[in-house]
Amino acid sequence: MRLEVNIARKAFTNAAGERHDVLVDFNCSLGAGEVGVFVGPSGCGKSTLLKILVGLDRDYTGRVARPPDARIGMVFQEPRLLPWRSVEENVRLAAPQADDTKLSLLFAVLELNAHRNHFPGELSLGLARRVALARAFAVEPDLLILDEPLASLDDSLADRLRDEIATLVDSRSVTTLLVTHNVDDAIRLGDRIFLLSPRPARILAELPIRTPRSARGPAEIAAIRADIERVINGDRAGEDDT
Amino acid sequence: MLRLLSLAVFLATWWIAALFAGAEKLPPPPAVLAAIGAEAKSGALFINLGVTLARVALAFTLAMTLGTAIGYLMGRVRLANRLGDPWLILLLNLPALVVIVLAYIWAGLTEVAAIAAIAINKLPTAIVTVREGTRALDASLDEMARVFAIPPWKAFRQVILPQLAPYIAAAARSGLSLVWKIVLVAELLGRSNGVGFEIGVAFQLFDISRLLAYSLTFVAVVLAIEIALVQPFETRLSRWRPRAA
Repeated sequence: MRLEVNIARKAFTNAAGERHDVLVDFNCSLGAGEVGVFVGPSGCGKSTLLKILVGLDRDYTGRVARPPDARIGMVFQEPRLLPWRSVEENVRLAAPQADDTKLSLLFAVLELNAHRNHFPGELSLGLARRVALARAFAVEPDLLILDEPLASLDDSLADRLRDEIATLVDSRSVTTLLVTHNVDDAIRLGDRIFLLSPRPARILAELPIRTPRSARGPAEIAAIRADIERVINGDRAGEDDT
Repeated sequence: MLRLLSLAVFLATWWIAALFAGAEKLPPPPAVLAAIGAEAKSGALFINLGVTLARVALAFTLAMTLGTAIGYLMGRVRLANRLGDPWLILLLNLPALVVIVLAYIWAGLTEVAAIAAIAINKLPTAIVTVREGTRALDASLDEMARVFAIPPWKAFRQVILPQLAPYIAAAARSGLSLVWKIVLVAELLGRSNGVGFEIGVAFQLFDISRLLAYSLTFVAVVLAIEIALVQPFETRLSRWRPRAA
């Protein structure tokens, strides 16, 4: 599915009654099967943007075009599992249509087979994140949303989980949106990188990456990283080259 | 083991106190046991206990169902809370005796009046507890259920109810103890059977053996229900929680 986002304005009223713009003139689009990555400073409005995209927040002016019956799989910043259901029950609750073989495969890829009957309270954060990933993939989504899925994990674990995400995304070719403030994650996972400004968020630059994920070597990653840093620093100097 | 020892100490204290106070004021354990035996042989004990238990079951179920529904509504809908709150405060502070007497005056000395009066006494505490539980619901899990398009009824059962369960269990626990106390008063004032009625009769005749016979069997039944039904239910509900050390 294709995603078209045109948000004219999204504002919050704080406790003191002042209005703050979170998103102004925010336009982007993502082709079917593409992995889009939003990279921006923390607090720039990424989470608000995601809430609008998945339909949790309808209080904005503008338009988000996606098929109305699109199935959404989402990995939230925190795992958001039901503590009173086992790992497998958590996944099956969101994906009642998932058949046993596909689920077994998914659990195998994410190395969760030993934990199927554990309760979320018995899992480490890294494992709980994987369960949340399994849940999002099990629904076989048309739109997959990953909100900082690798935050607060140690480096080696984050590396492995990033590879697992890449494997899963490639095997399904699902339209995916990843939010992160880690430039490395963005370059390794994305097909199209959107660099966001501080609040109110708008798009500073859009960088498509044409090389397939698995073929990106260190040299190319360094080049893209340099591009990104130039845009971010260029903006600090007061320019806008998009 | 410790429980048995504690029970033995209780019986010994009772027996010694009976020796000092005299059998007409405090009959010793064997006299009360004989009274229990006599009531059991005639069948009156079981009939009266059964009638009281049926009233407890009906009033408790009624109050819990209504209380949970109203409490959930008041926790979720601000307007319902504003409208319901004054009534709730009124009911919470209305003495049990007033409710029972008014129910008997307005609805007659009937079974319906008795059960309604008991239920109304328990209702407000159930509402308050479940309302607190509803206010404490985790909004992030609600969002999760909405994003994954989990059907509303399924989400209610799997996402909302487990969060409310500790509050419903607390309401049931405190409500049950309230109902045990109030049912006897309601029976004493307006019914012609049940444990409360028998205790009233024993009081008028100053038949302390019989009074104790009914009181103690009633307490034993309450304990048995607590241990056999309520506690296993609570354990089951909280089996996903990490055990306290």
